[in-house]
Amino acid sequence: MSKSKFKNPVVKWIDHRLPVFSFMDHELNHYPTPKNLNYFWNFGSLAGFALVTMIITGIVLSMNYTAHVDYAFDSVERIMRDVNHGWLIRYIHMNGASFFFIVVYIHIFRGLYYGSYKAPRELLWILGVLILLLMMATAFMGYVLPWGQMSFWGATVITNLFSAIPFVGENIVTWLWGGFSVDNSTLNRFFSLHFVLPFVIVGVVILHLVALHRFGSNNPIGIDIKGTQDTVPFSPYYTIKDLFGLSVFLSFFAAAVFFFPNFMGHPDNYIEANPMVTPAHIVPEWYFLPFYAILRAIPDKLGGVLFMFGAIAVLFILPWLDRSSVRSSQFRPIYKIFFWILLLDCILLGYLGAMPAEGLYVILSRIATAYYFFHFLILFPLLPYIEKTKPLPLSISEPILGGAATAAAMATREKK
Amino acid sequence: MPKNSKSKNNNEGKRDFLIISTYAMAGIGAASVAWPLIDQMNPAADTLALASTEVDLSSLEEGQAITVTWRGKPVFVRHRTPEEIKLAKEVSLDDMRHPETDEERVPNEKFIVLVGVCTHLGCVPLGQKSGDVKGQYGGWFCPCHGSHYDHSGRIRKGPAPTNLEVPSYKFLSDNVIKIG
Repeated sequence: MSKSKFKNPVVKWIDHRLPVFSFMDHELNHYPTPKNLNYFWNFGSLAGFALVTMIITGIVLSMNYTAHVDYAFDSVERIMRDVNHGWLIRYIHMNGASFFFIVVYIHIFRGLYYGSYKAPRELLWILGVLILLLMMATAFMGYVLPWGQMSFWGATVITNLFSAIPFVGENIVTWLWGGFSVDNSTLNRFFSLHFVLPFVIVGVVILHLVALHRFGSNNPIGIDIKGTQDTVPFSPYYTIKDLFGLSVFLSFFAAAVFFFPNFMGHPDNYIEANPMVTPAHIVPEWYFLPFYAILRAIPDKLGGVLFMFGAIAVLFILPWLDRSSVRSSQFRPIYKIFFWILLLDCILLGYLGAMPAEGLYVILSRIATAYYFFHFLILFPLLPYIEKTKPLPLSISEPILGGAATAAAMATREKK
Repeated sequence: MPKNSKSKNNNEGKRDFLIISTYAMAGIGAASVAWPLIDQMNPAADTLALASTEVDLSSLEEGQAITVTWRGKPVFVRHRTPEEIKLAKEVSLDDMRHPETDEERVPNEKFIVLVGVCTHLGCVPLGQKSGDVKGQYGGWFCPCHGSHYDHSGRIRKGPAPTNLEVPSYKFLSDNVIKIG
């Protein structure tokens, strides 16, 4: 057996029996990472930070929250007014959800731009989409817990979507509610699931990381690592870069928590839930708006539900929809334009989801929905047949160091 | 050795049968254990026990409406005026999305009883209070996505797929109904 790399005798003793330190040294310290990663590669670690923040603040909030229709709203108000630092913890949790979605959406569009979902990273991508779905379920159920008007009516509208399923829809909705309307049983089970799903997310995140470390990170030029000259050890290079990114993220996050804590919320949710009165304008949280716009764009109830879930389903099969073998958009002049159109399309859908479903908004929602599905189902498979991609560099080092540097030439240069 | 290989085949068939029946029994066992865990989410006995409500209509004047709670949902009761009854009965069913006559929906033509939940996505329509918007057809109007219901609670305009639901109810006396 090789000599242990650890000097501390306790660490050495433990590591011999339970090699956690070797594992961490291998995956977080020496872990070879492409040396050309830009700041868009910070968002994975930021998402991990957001997840941990949500779990910690969520656990302490649950110590002061009461999951009962008669007490839930008041217990949240008590957290805001009477519990020591309760306002701070709740505002971190509330805005944390929004920031979690912000970093995850940037992380996803990073993957779309640089083709991070392509072979051999298909499962890595699929696990990521699964995390997104779990996040959406968790966020939706969390929003119900304060038992405000938006909580109640958001829950009513979203659970009613399942009534669109033919034949068994009504039974499924009754089963989800545990009664004949959104009520105490619904609140209790949502609390239970909102508590446990984040730990399921942690489990899928671990699988996501195992899949990531199998082939390592993709990189801005999207070509494979040819040798050690293309990489740097994760620590200190990317630990420092991630920490710097984290401090920038925390500046924005703290600004929201301390100065605009309710900017991304809805004032109606500070009115206690009333099953007899529907607010005039029901909107979901901002991170669901593009999907809500797709739901409302389709004039048929079941069709709307299918298209809304379809918008996520296309992401699962994206690695096979995209027929181009070139990963990075830097070398795909036409796709690059369409990428930005897709991004604008999603932002437009988000805007339309917040607007009333009438007149021009409906027409625009239909156009934007049509483009979304066109992009995934037609453009991705067919574009590679038309597009002439730019020549790929020979290695990650070549565009940086110039010349006709091959991997072998680079190796000799590094030895000098 | 043909005899030997034949007996081997027999053994394989027997083994397949054993494996398949073991998996099948394990599957049935797992499903029967899972069922209580799934079914516990369906409405509990006390929730079902609250499934009926009695309403006294004697103080409800012509043109007035009240909202009562039944199974956690609002139920609309409106005392219709003779003009409203006339309108509801005489309108043509031809261009209705969900054609039903007023007689099918309202056993006692004076009192209309409806589940006050929009059939689109479950909002509570307006029209119970005197100052409410009642929509183009004078019945109820859902502010969420703009469904218009008439004096018989029938969908006339907007995204809702069906008429407002009529709960099962009966008149215990001239002025008392039991819903559920």
